[in-house]
Amino acid sequence: MSSFDYFSPKTLEEAVQLYNEHSASARLLLGGTDLVNMINDEMIKTNAVIDLKNIAYLKQLELKDNHLYIGADVTFTELIESDIIREKFPVIWESSRKVASMGIRNRATIVGNICSSVPSADSAPALLIRETIVRVMSVNGKREIDIADFFIGPRKNALKENEIVINLKIPVLNKSFGGSYVKMGRYKGEDLAQVGVATLVTEDLQYRIAYCAVSPKPIRIKKAEQLLNGREFSVEFLKDVDTEIMNAISPIGDIRASKSYREKMSSVLLEKSLIASYSRLKGNKPEYGKELL
Amino acid sequence: MKREITFTLNDDIVSVYVESDEKLLDVLRYKLGIKSPKQGCGRGECGSCSVLLNGKSVRSCIIYAVEIDGQKIETLEGIQKNGITKLQRSFVEHNAFQCGFCASGVTITMTEFLRKNPYPKIAEIKEALSGNLCRCTGYKSIVDAIADATKEGE
Repeated sequence: MSSFDYFSPKTLEEAVQLYNEHSASARLLLGGTDLVNMINDEMIKTNAVIDLKNIAYLKQLELKDNHLYIGADVTFTELIESDIIREKFPVIWESSRKVASMGIRNRATIVGNICSSVPSADSAPALLIRETIVRVMSVNGKREIDIADFFIGPRKNALKENEIVINLKIPVLNKSFGGSYVKMGRYKGEDLAQVGVATLVTEDLQYRIAYCAVSPKPIRIKKAEQLLNGREFSVEFLKDVDTEIMNAISPIGDIRASKSYREKMSSVLLEKSLIASYSRLKGNKPEYGKELL
Repeated sequence: MKREITFTLNDDIVSVYVESDEKLLDVLRYKLGIKSPKQGCGRGECGSCSVLLNGKSVRSCIIYAVEIDGQKIETLEGIQKNGITKLQRSFVEHNAFQCGFCASGVTITMTEFLRKNPYPKIAEIKEALSGNLCRCTGYKSIVDAIADATKEGE
């Protein structure tokens, strides 16, 4: 006897209907790299698994009306292999390459990554600095959630019980910029982030800074950005910026790193990320994808 | 709720009845006699259960068999149908594995990787291999074998 029923709707309408009927006990399945383990470990109980991979619309990965749309069933490998992502969204490209390993990236989706809403989600900082809109659908219709409001706490997000994330909508930046994602793990291979930081600097010297793994949810730190906005980057500014970073983050100590190590590394990684971002803005190395640690 | 799934397995079309929560790995091993993928960690981390799904390496221990309906699966049994490959020969020559438990997963992962990137740099080989754990060799012999099998101009 199976512990759950399996559904594979072919349309979004069918999917939201099914999810609504079973919402209290149903789980949505995309890559399954988190979900299947959680079901195995009995962290969650479900009696209906709704597989969204047979809905063609969710495979969408395209530029339209000055926005990028990433469907819920787009895998990290598909992002890495996309020229649009590599050229116009290089920090998403750079951070996607840092997710787990090839065999997981072939299956795991960026939408699944944010829906799991773990504090260390590698894709979150890049999505935060690109001011991503999370588009969701339920039987009651569609709505949009700013990614900055999407994460609520460890494994908690703003989705209502019957809502399905259908895609991410990301504005194209119509000015030149440099960005980077720097991730520190315990070793070079596959590991969850001890600290992850994404930064962006635009040609009109607007800065964006976001972290994962240093607070209960991935966060953007606008107060730190404001100290840099309008200024050509110099490491001398970082002392003041650091104060704002320390006010904003609240890392835990766990098996991967102590609290104080995460705090110190938050400063170190920010410096490395900003140096790389500013250098890229000016058209210089390091090229995207290059190891920054 | 048992249901019948049909998929391509190493160029054959197969149909099999599965429960919703049966893993692809278990169906391959215990219902279809495909023994090359192995269960190691059982949670998608060690890579020893890797198979190719529509040409991409995936972890069959964290995929439900029902998800595979209509898809294409390749395992070592298919890849070496006409004899062992150049990559496998290099593994043998370098004595790349000791116990061999990870060998199938490593070979599957590298088969996908080398189709995309036939002349990789050592760093690229290591990154591509980072999701396949080997507890015998310390990886050096495996990386050497892959590098040897992919030398430019051969």
